[in-house]
Amino acid sequence: MSHVVSPVRQPLIIGNKTYADITDDVCKQVEGKPTKTWMICFTIAVLTLAYGSYCLFYTWWEGIGVWGLNKTIGWAWDITNFVWWVGIGHAGTLISAILLLFRQKWRTSINRAAEAMTIFAVLCAASFILAHMGRPWLAHWALPLPNTYGSLWVNFNSPLVWDVFAISTYLTVSLVFWYLGMIPDLATIRDRAQNKVSKFAYGALSFGWNGSAKTWARYESVSLILAGLSTPLVLSVHTIVSFDFATSVIPGWHTTIFPPYFVAGAIFSGFAMVLTLMLITREVFNLKEYITINHVESMNKIIILTGSIVGVAYITEFFVAWYSGVPYESYAFVNRATGPYWWAYWSMMTCNVISPQLLWIRKIRTSVVATFILSIIVNIGMWFERFVIIATSLHRDYLPSSWAMFYPTMYDIGDYIFSFGLFFTLFLLFAKFLPVINMAEVKAILKSSSAPKVVEKKGAGVVSDRQTKPAFNKDADNI
Amino acid sequence: METSKKYLVGIYDDEDVLLKAVKKVRSSGVKIHECYTPFPIHGLDVALGHKRSRLPIAAFMFGLTGTTCAVLMISLMMGYDWPMIIGGKPFVPIPDLVPVSFELTVLFAALGMVATFLITNNLWPGKRPLMFDSRSTDNKFVMAVDLSKNKLAADEITSILKNFGATEVNTKQVEIK
Repeated sequence: MSHVVSPVRQPLIIGNKTYADITDDVCKQVEGKPTKTWMICFTIAVLTLAYGSYCLFYTWWEGIGVWGLNKTIGWAWDITNFVWWVGIGHAGTLISAILLLFRQKWRTSINRAAEAMTIFAVLCAASFILAHMGRPWLAHWALPLPNTYGSLWVNFNSPLVWDVFAISTYLTVSLVFWYLGMIPDLATIRDRAQNKVSKFAYGALSFGWNGSAKTWARYESVSLILAGLSTPLVLSVHTIVSFDFATSVIPGWHTTIFPPYFVAGAIFSGFAMVLTLMLITREVFNLKEYITINHVESMNKIIILTGSIVGVAYITEFFVAWYSGVPYESYAFVNRATGPYWWAYWSMMTCNVISPQLLWIRKIRTSVVATFILSIIVNIGMWFERFVIIATSLHRDYLPSSWAMFYPTMYDIGDYIFSFGLFFTLFLLFAKFLPVINMAEVKAILKSSSAPKVVEKKGAGVVSDRQTKPAFNKDADNI
Repeated sequence: METSKKYLVGIYDDEDVLLKAVKKVRSSGVKIHECYTPFPIHGLDVALGHKRSRLPIAAFMFGLTGTTCAVLMISLMMGYDWPMIIGGKPFVPIPDLVPVSFELTVLFAALGMVATFLITNNLWPGKRPLMFDSRSTDNKFVMAVDLSKNKLAADEITSILKNFGATEVNTKQVEIK
């Protein structure tokens, strides 16, 4: 297998892999028995899910009165968690779609897991929509269905209805994108399957894929169009989520900066979560040769960009609140920074604006430990951002007699725990039973973007099949 | 009625060799049934003489259907079936149509196109694949030649395939339903 190696770019796949090596490495965890680490993680995730399910069930049984909401703060953790999870769900489709359109080859090692993360995160977000409806058994009322009360339809002027369409379309299209991308790899697992159950299951799941040239050509065409459709979809979903706030008349919410600011924040938190998960996955499944420091650095660069956009947005909000000359608007922002929720505001500023700037230092953005810590800090910061926007804008309204504070109950916390349990249970099941790395796409970039294959020559020892060795290769081998 | 067909299956180790071989094998007068590869190879469909996919047109048509359905649905519900008379606002406010219409456009285009893709390629859950060599989903590149559609003898085709880089050539009997 000959290599075409760029003299300027670092190889994306290291370890001198062949096509068969990629299949073996990725299929190893699908075909083998679950590891001890996986079993421990899965048990913790299921226990978390069980406790969270109890809290969610109790919320549904009793109604949302069990939450710490009051007449002033009618939305708090439920919407905070919803927006946070939707935001996390944005990096997957972004990696798949936008980076595909921009021909970024480094996406191939991480797109599958990121897309899975998207779907699970959107499911977690959906659980909060259902939870805060109070009567989840009437969730279908949010859809334009004919009903027994006459010609009564949903109000298409309401951003909450737009949300329903946006989130469900996003979930459906992401699911289709993810599954379609997985069909060729499922066929690979099917053709290697040893036992009857695997043969049947992966046979059914792989849709009879045989990798014919005609199918591949059409498949590429479909992938590219799906990417083209998903790109504006990603941007629209968080824009529409931001409309929930922006179309209202609450000081601190009613701002035109919200759509781009929410989208940047979503990409920011999404990439942070992808990093958290991928760093664990590469460690647990020993995929360091596929998810290299190169990948980590690329993602960190996106975090610096989006983190800085978010920082600029915070400052712009403040400036516009002052420049508008509206006293209520100015008060809302001064109150955020210096009022009773100052700690939430400054946690947000520290986590989202200050800490990602550390990634300008190359040593930090290429360090696995530092990246892991920073990715968690960013996610905490983004949760605080949503909490600050929602709770601090509501807790001081136009009537000082109704000013109040929000204190979460165990059910607020429990429902949040539920979403973590659900997310990690699904992610661990995915990581065990489905290929976490897109084998077909990694194979497709192997020649142009990987370390060269080492071939054995008679009497000459081990030599590379590449004639000249670029200077970077030394670093690449050390990673 | 079940009949069986005999195929010659050339196995290649490298995609570049396969791509060159396809062009040379075709120019030697051998009709290739199809190639099977573990990942997409750019230019292979052109080399095999496949037509360009019309799926983009399908996606556009489905998208257009989505927009039309959304605009009609919202206009009928909001403006005709249950008009909301609020503060002198129009029954069918155009800006408010945009988010839902956009989402339904994307939804129809994506689902319609993927459904078309699955139908045209005859892919469905549980379908038994037509595999000439199971290694074609792992690390081998396969070229299948239908003997019934070629005038040359099997031996001649075998030597042509081997001359142009096939590491092995096998015979495969396939049941056609």
